[in-house]
Amino acid sequence: MPAAQDTQRSKLKVYLGYAAGVGKTFQMLADGQAAAQRGLDLVVAYFQPHARPDTIAQIQGLEVLPHRKIDYRERTFEEMDTEVVLRRRPQIALVDELAHTNIPGSQRSKRWEDVQVLLDAGIEVWTTMNVQHIESLNDQIWQITGIQVRETVPDWVVRQAAEIVAVDVTPEALLNRLKRGAIYKPEMVEKALTGFFKGSNLGALRELTLRQAAHEVDLRQSAYDETSAFQGPRISEARPGGPTGDQPKERILIHITADPSTAMLIRRGRRVADYLHADCIALFVHRTAQLSELPVEERQAVEKHVRFARSLQIEPRVLGGSDVSKTVVEFARRNQVTQIFVAHSEGRLLERLRGKNFTENIVRLAQDLQVTVVADRSRRPGL
Amino acid sequence: MMRVSELPRPSPERLLLQAQAEENKQWGARLKIFLGYAPGVGKSYRMLDEARRRRERGEDVVVAATQLQQSDDLQAILRTLELVPPLETPEGQAVDVAAILGRSPQVCVIDPLAAQNPPGSRNPHRWQDVQELLRNGISVLTSINLLHVEEYREKVQAITGKQTTETIPKAFLLAADDIVIVDVPTDLCLSRLGEKLTSIGISNSRERQLSELRELALLLTAEVVDAQLESYVHAHGIEPVFGTHERFLVCITPECNAAPMIESGKRNKERFQGELYVVYVRRPGISDDENATIECSLEAARKAGATTEVLESDDPIAAITEFAHKKRITQIFIGHGSQQSWRDRFFGDPVLRLVRATEGIDVRVFPH
Repeated sequence: MPAAQDTQRSKLKVYLGYAAGVGKTFQMLADGQAAAQRGLDLVVAYFQPHARPDTIAQIQGLEVLPHRKIDYRERTFEEMDTEVVLRRRPQIALVDELAHTNIPGSQRSKRWEDVQVLLDAGIEVWTTMNVQHIESLNDQIWQITGIQVRETVPDWVVRQAAEIVAVDVTPEALLNRLKRGAIYKPEMVEKALTGFFKGSNLGALRELTLRQAAHEVDLRQSAYDETSAFQGPRISEARPGGPTGDQPKERILIHITADPSTAMLIRRGRRVADYLHADCIALFVHRTAQLSELPVEERQAVEKHVRFARSLQIEPRVLGGSDVSKTVVEFARRNQVTQIFVAHSEGRLLERLRGKNFTENIVRLAQDLQVTVVADRSRRPGL
Repeated sequence: MMRVSELPRPSPERLLLQAQAEENKQWGARLKIFLGYAPGVGKSYRMLDEARRRRERGEDVVVAATQLQQSDDLQAILRTLELVPPLETPEGQAVDVAAILGRSPQVCVIDPLAAQNPPGSRNPHRWQDVQELLRNGISVLTSINLLHVEEYREKVQAITGKQTTETIPKAFLLAADDIVIVDVPTDLCLSRLGEKLTSIGISNSRERQLSELRELALLLTAEVVDAQLESYVHAHGIEPVFGTHERFLVCITPECNAAPMIESGKRNKERFQGELYVVYVRRPGISDDENATIECSLEAARKAGATTEVLESDDPIAAITEFAHKKRITQIFIGHGSQQSWRDRFFGDPVLRLVRATEGIDVRVFPH
């Protein structure tokens, strides 16, 4: 969870790209050079040891802090040494690869968590990431590329950034760089060309990056309106033409189940809520409100979904009720929910006849509310 | 089975420019545009740096037009490149098209693109000079400031309060082989615009203005990239790519409560910077009253900025599904029916049938 904003907490700047090799790190270092020349106290806190020659050239003259070496399974890995950065206490720390997962044995499991520590200590952080690492885009990325990205950064981490910079390059130039061996080692190039870098993937990811950047820029505009200093984006507050003006605020309710499709539902709900400036809550319903009474597997799945919702800043509720669909719909009515998000479950005929399909039951029961049946994006639309 | 009326067509201007772009490609000439949201974002530097690298890799590069004011960085790069001097007239400068054609390089740098040529020049506008170079097999690197895109003239004017005289049609950008956006934070742009501004005190509204322009430039680039993606998909005969852009499809019937659905579609379109379609699947034997209701809703939809279409089919679910796939729709809005017919009881609720038919697309069901 992010710490409450106070005067001590510093700013985050994110260089956003769509693939390895678009030049995020290069751009960050070039800006770092300019800042250092202006006399700002800036250090490189983490930098990929196997960086590309152009990029390495760009680091000349900057102060690079030592990494932390961690032995894991008879190999040595390098991670950012957050303690070293805290002791050095620069104005600005450059941290490459925000989405990175730290090696087991590190103090924190994700690099973005280390970055939170630096920000809380009043150190400004500049960092890099690709659009496919944004949590709520995970299913869309899967749908577009057929690749499931494992390392993700929760949306709120990106949203708290004071500044997002889109680093753009044409796919053609990127492929040239790749073929010249400027991005991966030769033995990796062939794999890249048939995987993430293939055909339409790059164009699609690029479009997503540009739209995401435009959205992030848009979110930050309201901050200029009332205050002289940038206060961070406040997406749920009133803005001209916003929902609190002439329209009632939207409130989205996500129906959590033990089904794996729930993760997709939570991500999609979070994304739609952010774009619509809506509240977002989640609900799990069971015969009794005691999770401990569930069968082990089901309970673990539900707990995982509850934790996941919390990590995306959605408050989950657990209610007891013999009729799940009815309980969900009544909860929605009592809590001024405007939209219920349900998963597109495989509607088997037998299930339907027995009235066991929550999705269809909720659609039938909630005729006074909007119900969004969220698609299974692991499948491509097709006739 | 299905006939789509009112197919949106690209403007004749766009078709013409696209045809020209195809022709240019036969000669191997490519147009690459560096787009920025304001002066001072670093377009010229990015472009000249690329020209320098291309030259180092052995390409034959010349520079035919440069910005009047050049930073030290720019001058340093320019010294390494060959210049084809512009034609000087009392009314101003023009790119020397004849000299470039005579010199016949592989790549020509023209910075910036938006310029009116002096009276009596070969072409009235510099972008037409560029087209001539492309037609003659010379690739062009050029820079455009969002302020100079014709279709954004009003928006930009509303934001900045300034009038732009020289503009370039958006179709020119859409037909480019490559476009790159040069994006920097607004505060950096402001500081580069000059210390003059800081001394008089930059208001927050100024930074906000820049931020709005920045958003527009990012979205314009996304639009060009989307168009390129679509032609790539067509050219390679592969499955369309879903989900890069939110596209909303509102399906109306005479029975549904269309107004809130269209209103919500409009809001979603605005918030997601997406596209909005409103369709009606015409049933046989529709009454005059029902027809009038539909016409009224379609009119409201067009006012809300939607593309409207009337589909003819005796199977609405199939027609909607087919349309949704063709248009790469990501969310379908439908209304609950008022009562269930015997047919619905037999085949199942049409809402649920649609949900089952449209795999990969979200379906939002609205109250009656």
